[in-house]
Amino acid sequence: MRLHEYQAKELFATHGIPVPVGETAERVEEVSEIAERFDTEVAIKAQVLAGGRGKAGGIAFAATPGEAAEKARDILGREFEGLPVHRVLVEEKIDATDEIYLGFILDRRARRMVFIASSEGGVDVEETARERPQAVQRMIIEPLIGLRPYHVTRFASTTDLSPSLWGELQEIAVSLYGLAQETEATLVEINPLVVSQEGNLCAVDAKVTIDDSALFRHGDIAAMRLVDDESAGERRAREAGISYVKLKGDIGCMVNGAGLAMATMDVIEIHGGEPANFLDIGGGAGTDRVMEALEIILEDVAVRAVLVNIFGGITRCDVVAEGIVKVLECLDVDVPVIIRLAGTNEEAGRRILDEAGLETAPSLAEGAQAAVAAAEGCE
Amino acid sequence: MSILIDADTRVLVQGITGREGSFHTREMLAYGADVVAGVTPGKGGQRVEGVPVFDHVEVVLENMDVDASVIFVPATHAMDAILEAADAEIPLITCVTEGIPLWEMLRAVCYLQDKPVRLVGPNCPGAITPGVTKVGIMPGHIHLPGNVGVVSRSGTLTYEIVWSLTRADLGQSTCVGIGGDPVVGTSFVDILGLFEEDSQTEAVVLIGEIGGQAEQRAAEFVQAEMSKPVVAFIAGRTAPAGQRMGHAGAIISGEGGRAEQKIAALRAAGALVAEQPAQVSEFLYEAMG
Repeated sequence: MRLHEYQAKELFATHGIPVPVGETAERVEEVSEIAERFDTEVAIKAQVLAGGRGKAGGIAFAATPGEAAEKARDILGREFEGLPVHRVLVEEKIDATDEIYLGFILDRRARRMVFIASSEGGVDVEETARERPQAVQRMIIEPLIGLRPYHVTRFASTTDLSPSLWGELQEIAVSLYGLAQETEATLVEINPLVVSQEGNLCAVDAKVTIDDSALFRHGDIAAMRLVDDESAGERRAREAGISYVKLKGDIGCMVNGAGLAMATMDVIEIHGGEPANFLDIGGGAGTDRVMEALEIILEDVAVRAVLVNIFGGITRCDVVAEGIVKVLECLDVDVPVIIRLAGTNEEAGRRILDEAGLETAPSLAEGAQAAVAAAEGCE
Repeated sequence: MSILIDADTRVLVQGITGREGSFHTREMLAYGADVVAGVTPGKGGQRVEGVPVFDHVEVVLENMDVDASVIFVPATHAMDAILEAADAEIPLITCVTEGIPLWEMLRAVCYLQDKPVRLVGPNCPGAITPGVTKVGIMPGHIHLPGNVGVVSRSGTLTYEIVWSLTRADLGQSTCVGIGGDPVVGTSFVDILGLFEEDSQTEAVVLIGEIGGQAEQRAAEFVQAEMSKPVVAFIAGRTAPAGQRMGHAGAIISGEGGRAEQKIAALRAAGALVAEQPAQVSEFLYEAMG
């Protein structure tokens, strides 16, 4: 679960990491009110869960409340990676003399968290690492000892940072690691951590991603999910225990298993189609979950055909078939649904579909072909 | 021969009295697995499908020997089951459970590295040596004994491909699911090494997906260490970056996570990479001559 910048900064503040004074606003008038109260130059930052926000114009600065309102009007009306901006963070603008990058991220190869630090903050750290590897330090963190001050000294000594700030930098880095550990984050990042003109350190941006598998014991963080962070379909899927990702194409997919769901999307593409979604109904789905999944797909107006691909292991083909038939009986479905069933109770599943007048595809490839042809036929 | 499990493997089921645990105990027994005991705290003395249930692992080992454990404990307590099995030094620990928190895995990896145990998974279907035994949840009937080793990050996609092999009369030596989480106990490289040494295995099918760089490391190993042909399929060419595709580990973030990069690495290492699942058997026939 990705947090918004302002949410991540709330966590920073409770962990003693300095952040700029700021408030969120959903309306333009609120922005000018906040700017007036702050009585300084302000930064207006789109709160949207999309990457590359800065480069795409999601951050603006304003010297007067009027200017702040004008900039906020522009940002609040925009979309980033297809996500509309519902609120902005209005902050006191910090004038920086130096920018640093600090982050902790999972290193899958080392099977440890890795501490990444760079004297070149404020830019894409992966790009820096590619172009000037010497400017980025990576230190594997052993979970038994965590981040120690010496890790930070090793980094600080390579920067232009005054040694008088090393202690403060250590405190911030150790707090950041503590936050990651406590909230069970898979990524925490300060980019940039700036040295202000007054000579203080301040986290100007904040990124936190929490491990979805650990959310069950972090109710306070799970509650940070906003209604507008996800579409109605995504919310419905998550609450039903279904993995669903909306994509750009027009062929809806309902599959059991994540790997098979991806492979199904790939096979659709090979046959000239484009998947409308990724959807994994999970293992051992009952009729209810199958119905829920199919309804989520059919509610997507972009869908012109549906491909159901089930390879039954724990999942039973007859249960899936029952769910499909129920949905098609209850709803007025006008898009073709192509079904491929294999594995556990395949015969029984086919019989149920047969009785309802539904055909099955003999293989994934043939099912994908039929779905692509059907989607084209709708155009 | 096979890898990891054979006819002599004595299996312990942790979480045996639960819905999944009891169902798959029945399935494993029906397939011929030697399930010798189960564990569920507080249910000691009961029987599931005739298999004696104990309260904890240590007391099982006081009564009998165990070679492998398979874990069906819910995610909130699955790590406890892994650590208990590791503490008892059960040589092979297979964790089916999905959704173990990452930070628990990070600590467990450190604990397990000094133990004489191998963890397969979590979030995996387990392992099967067709016609002999299975320690996991895969449907037995889609498999056929033979000479192709299969290793995969996925569950049902593996079934899809294994079934296509079986229909093409390409039997399998052992099929292993290593799991769909970003941090797992056993890697592609570990399993490839075992297949390379296994006299029964003549060729290997590797089924990967987006996220991380496990396939690139497998490619390095294939190039440097493997004499046996490798046919691969990588799922997720059409998956967008930054979005988790079901499996916690299936997300393109950072370097090397895209399918094209994995496919290129494997091809450069001499592996044949299929465009779609149905092509794998065709490529195997080509590779095996």
